[in-house]
Amino acid sequence: MDKATFTSAAIKGPMHQSLRHDSAHKHVAGSADYIDDIPEPAGLLHGGLGLADRAHAEIISIDLSAVKAYPGVVAVLTADDIPGTNDVSSGGRHDEPLIATTKVEFHGQIIFAVIAETRDAARKAARLATVEYRDLPFWTDIDGALNNGAPLVTPGMVLKRGTPESEMDKAQHRLQSSMRIGGQEHFYLESQIAMAIPGEDEDVTVWSSTQHPSEIQHIVGHVLNIPSHAVTVNTRRMGGGFGGKETQGNQFAALAAIAAKKLNRAVKFRPDRDEDMSITGKRHDFKMDFDVAFNSDGRIHAVQANFAARCGYSSDLSGPVTDRALFHADSSYFYPHVKLTSQPLKTHTVSNTAYRGFGGPQGMLGAERVIEEIAYTLGKDPLDVRKANFYGELGSGRDVTPYHQTVEDNIIARVVGELETSCYYQARRKAIIEFNKTSPVIKKGIALTPVKFGISFTMTAFNQAGALVHIYQDGSIHLNHGGTEMGQGLYTKVAQVVADAFQVDIDVVKITATTTGKVPNTSATAASSGTDLNGMAAFDAARQIKERLVAFAAEKWGVAAADVRFLPNRVQVGAETIPFPDFIKQAYFARVQLSAAGFYKTPKIHWNRETGRGTPFYYYAYGAACTEVSIDTLTGEYLMDRTDILHDVGKSLNPAIDIGQIEGGFVQGMGWLTTEELWWDGKGRLRTHAPSTYKIPLASDRPKIFNVKLADWAENTELTIGRSKAVGEPPFMLAISVLEALSMAVASVADYRHCPRLDAPATPERVLMAVERLKTL
Amino acid sequence: MTNRIRFLLNDQEVSLSSIDPTATLLDYLRLSRRLTGSKEGCAEGDCGACTVLVGRLVKDQLVYESVNACIRFVGSLNACHVVTVEHLAAKDGTLHPVQQAMVDCHGSQCGFCTPGFIMSLYGLWLTNAAPSRAEIERALQGNLCRCTGYEPIIKAAEQMGQTRPSALFDPLAREREKIIAALNAMTSTDTIVLEGDDRTLIVPANVEALANTLAAHPKATIVAGATDVGLWVTKQMRVLNPVVFINHLSELQDIGGDEVGITFGAGVSYSAAFERLRAEIPAFGRLIERIGGQQVRNMGTIGGNIANGSPIGDTPPALITLGATVTLRSVSGTRTLLLEDFFIEYGKQDRKPGEFVERIFVPRPKASSHFAIYKISKRRDEDISALCGAFYLETEGACVSNVRIAFGGMAGTPKRANAVEAALMGKPWSEETVQAARDAFDADYQPLSDWRATAEYRQLTAKNLATRFYLETSGHGQELQRFAMEAV
Repeated sequence: MDKATFTSAAIKGPMHQSLRHDSAHKHVAGSADYIDDIPEPAGLLHGGLGLADRAHAEIISIDLSAVKAYPGVVAVLTADDIPGTNDVSSGGRHDEPLIATTKVEFHGQIIFAVIAETRDAARKAARLATVEYRDLPFWTDIDGALNNGAPLVTPGMVLKRGTPESEMDKAQHRLQSSMRIGGQEHFYLESQIAMAIPGEDEDVTVWSSTQHPSEIQHIVGHVLNIPSHAVTVNTRRMGGGFGGKETQGNQFAALAAIAAKKLNRAVKFRPDRDEDMSITGKRHDFKMDFDVAFNSDGRIHAVQANFAARCGYSSDLSGPVTDRALFHADSSYFYPHVKLTSQPLKTHTVSNTAYRGFGGPQGMLGAERVIEEIAYTLGKDPLDVRKANFYGELGSGRDVTPYHQTVEDNIIARVVGELETSCYYQARRKAIIEFNKTSPVIKKGIALTPVKFGISFTMTAFNQAGALVHIYQDGSIHLNHGGTEMGQGLYTKVAQVVADAFQVDIDVVKITATTTGKVPNTSATAASSGTDLNGMAAFDAARQIKERLVAFAAEKWGVAAADVRFLPNRVQVGAETIPFPDFIKQAYFARVQLSAAGFYKTPKIHWNRETGRGTPFYYYAYGAACTEVSIDTLTGEYLMDRTDILHDVGKSLNPAIDIGQIEGGFVQGMGWLTTEELWWDGKGRLRTHAPSTYKIPLASDRPKIFNVKLADWAENTELTIGRSKAVGEPPFMLAISVLEALSMAVASVADYRHCPRLDAPATPERVLMAVERLKTL
Repeated sequence: MTNRIRFLLNDQEVSLSSIDPTATLLDYLRLSRRLTGSKEGCAEGDCGACTVLVGRLVKDQLVYESVNACIRFVGSLNACHVVTVEHLAAKDGTLHPVQQAMVDCHGSQCGFCTPGFIMSLYGLWLTNAAPSRAEIERALQGNLCRCTGYEPIIKAAEQMGQTRPSALFDPLAREREKIIAALNAMTSTDTIVLEGDDRTLIVPANVEALANTLAAHPKATIVAGATDVGLWVTKQMRVLNPVVFINHLSELQDIGGDEVGITFGAGVSYSAAFERLRAEIPAFGRLIERIGGQQVRNMGTIGGNIANGSPIGDTPPALITLGATVTLRSVSGTRTLLLEDFFIEYGKQDRKPGEFVERIFVPRPKASSHFAIYKISKRRDEDISALCGAFYLETEGACVSNVRIAFGGMAGTPKRANAVEAALMGKPWSEETVQAARDAFDADYQPLSDWRATAEYRQLTAKNLATRFYLETSGHGQELQRFAMEAV
């Protein structure tokens, strides 16, 4: 190390500093290894999947002789080859067989797996099976489910406060309406993948592209009927996750592990893009029906709403996802009387799953539609209706949510107010209304929408985390924790926490792959909680080691503990200053334990689903976005002219990474609400199963002017790591401003007299059809 | 005859005497060479994670183009220079300015798409020192990123042009003369034939050899850019035999013309056609910019877009409307027919066994005419049309004296709107005439509903495009054009 290192005024990479992603230099060089890039073990075999081509049917017979005879095929796996439980469900409802046996419940369900010498042979052989089915009635969407009296995949939830039933007629206005909200494919660039390497005894090591290594460990244990201690799951990085790798990696890891143990060879499963999109879950689509009572000032008096969701054939995470939709069906608004219900419907489609926001975006979008309906009924600017309904300050009598949690950290009025001023909302809205009067074909719209998002897993047990920190004799530091890296910069942020704690340059801290062998019983890296939980756990580990080091130094040098200080890359003990590596070496010789396991659990939170009461969220993250669009009323095509965002991440741990999450979240949300459309045909086949047919945003789709700012005055009122706030999911919902801006542009063709009821995704087709509908009113 | 495919891979020479005729470059890089920087994101040329540069000699000039390795066949690479992301940084690990700009601007998050972005940006950096935002967006139309929202990547693209290292640093500048010499040495004057156990790969030496090859193998699959055929292999896992590559045939890449129009060899890529079309038929140039991404435009050809007979191919409606002709060639000579007669019905074209598309002749619109192309898709760029309509109009006095309208996506083939044309012909070019002609679309087209659009939307939009065409030709163009210009 350079001598100057030990006299520097500050370390490289402390908390609150913008720092590049830890792997950025490898990303750009092509040297960051994803699982398919890891040098392959000798004798590696490859898996291929046999998929059902019926949406709902009994399997009469399966003839696999041609599959087995295909050159290069080593084995064909059916449910009979599963030594343990034929189930990969995450929620413990045992409703998701790894391999279907007598019945298939969606087009693309796995009915067998082929193991071959090459991936090409496995893929080709998998198409050679002859399967006889007896078709059963099926439905693939919410209407079909409702019309057929479909069962629920998991019980719905009710949130209730006040007496909405008796209050609906006690306001000046009342209206009923409904909204359809589309689903979304994750489209992580790296498809699902797992590689299993058999070991001695019962051991198996699995490399999985997963947000939840511990769940992969449990599932592999169950399907092989072996204890968790025999299963080690490793994840260095994912090529994107977005919730799609919270549970959806289970089936690939399970198949790879079964084949690896059966054949005693390493096995890799990598579905291609079409298979990945056809056989893994997506964001839930919803139909929201509501009934709202409100007064002429725009204030809501009472709301009742039902959220029906397409869940697919099994429960997966549909319970907590539909719960979170209800938790966010208040958006940023206080409802004096409210009743919200969810209806997680079974459909004969792939089981829907976690996706950034986890139901929250759908709930919030529904709430914003209620605001729009009120605004168009009263002839008001929707922003004025929003402001009239914001939660009030603590103690205002307007600070309790439908789930009876008090909103203690409310800053939404300030965030919205600052953005409204800084983006010249009022002047621009006036100018747009003028423009629309004289522009017959091109119409413009603008909307400013708020975000308030609750942070914590609603399943209280998941709000815990562990970390493992070692300092080696040369002063270099090894860091491990239970969080996974999917691009969000978690590894970088947690390394900043450790560098900051020891006051060493961040390159002294080695970030290591997440593994169930180092930190056990981890939670999914999800719910935006990765940094909150793992940052605190790593901080706790560092604290323990530092306490030992301070005690050691105080004793050895005979000074008070308060006189031992960690300065940049050195330790000051009384009057003496010792370079960090030298100090560590001395601690080692004094037999100080230089390793610690840290732990953290989120305080305060509790939740009772049966009563619908509790404090499910530790705090809220806030934000606001204003978007301006132009539409072509002849074709429905549109342009994003400008977006301004002001977002609250508390005291940012890494502003560059946080802004990246906000920009990326917004654009992903924009895709959800505009061009990303899932389309099933009459046979229940998903026909938008590749980028040729499923259109996520491109560089040229992002707003032409795109201003993103952090609310730099914000600070978490709770004791989070560095007073920061979670950032993964909340910015996704800033994109609601896009749909509302499109909606205003559509509304202009009928002089803003009617709510356009523009459903999501607002493809050019939906925009044009909404224009046509309004023209007839 | 020779029996080797030879090319440069980064700084190494490759010579293959045995290869699967439809082995993809991406599999070759990742599986055979362990160059794992290039990623598979979709295997259909739509996400760009596998982007590499392919250099080739075009009239003695060394030209590098970004391509999708996932649908580029190794058999098409003779005398080419394949450059992968591993080749950019210096041996000591110092990053190339393009890479460093991406790091500095926080342009990667999960990083999986990043090597592909680097290669697309590198292709841009080589040819454009100070790209505008529009040029950057065009260069990145074929690259999907799901994490960043693109903003930092655009900033990196703007920043990278500011750094021009010494010619000694950039690997392609440093080795330029050596590369040219090596590619010249690899250029084959003979037809290359690789006979496998049961499959054959043929790279004809010239067009005459191509005609002879097709006479001997009338069922051969002709591969030019492979932007369509590539998917037959990666998605449908079809076994093609024999495979005849034509992308290297310089005779098919000529662009010529006379006072009436432009002649494109069938092997002219969209990229190669772009400048000429932009200059001479601007509306057509703007359409080309919206076909696929840059990588697909570098590989895909105008001839291929016709020969594959897609009902939603983007160029046929425009070509039909302009009265383009197609010339087919075989050992027995050539024949020329109107392009609209080439498309017989869905999946069937007037191409006889042993024939191949040799060239397309595109008459220029008359100076006094109006010509417009409207491509309607869910996403503006790199999307397949829900419908694509082209309108050509001449007037005499106030009346319509010549009109041709054709649409893709509205029928089993790209198809003329005969009834609409009849309703317009000879009538005053007025709002009333267009309004009356709208109903004729129902006689011309009965479109289908699919994932791209419903039948109702297709039909209504086709009618509205007639209205838009009228507005644009009658003084209301200014305001509409503003939107259209931004869209390009």
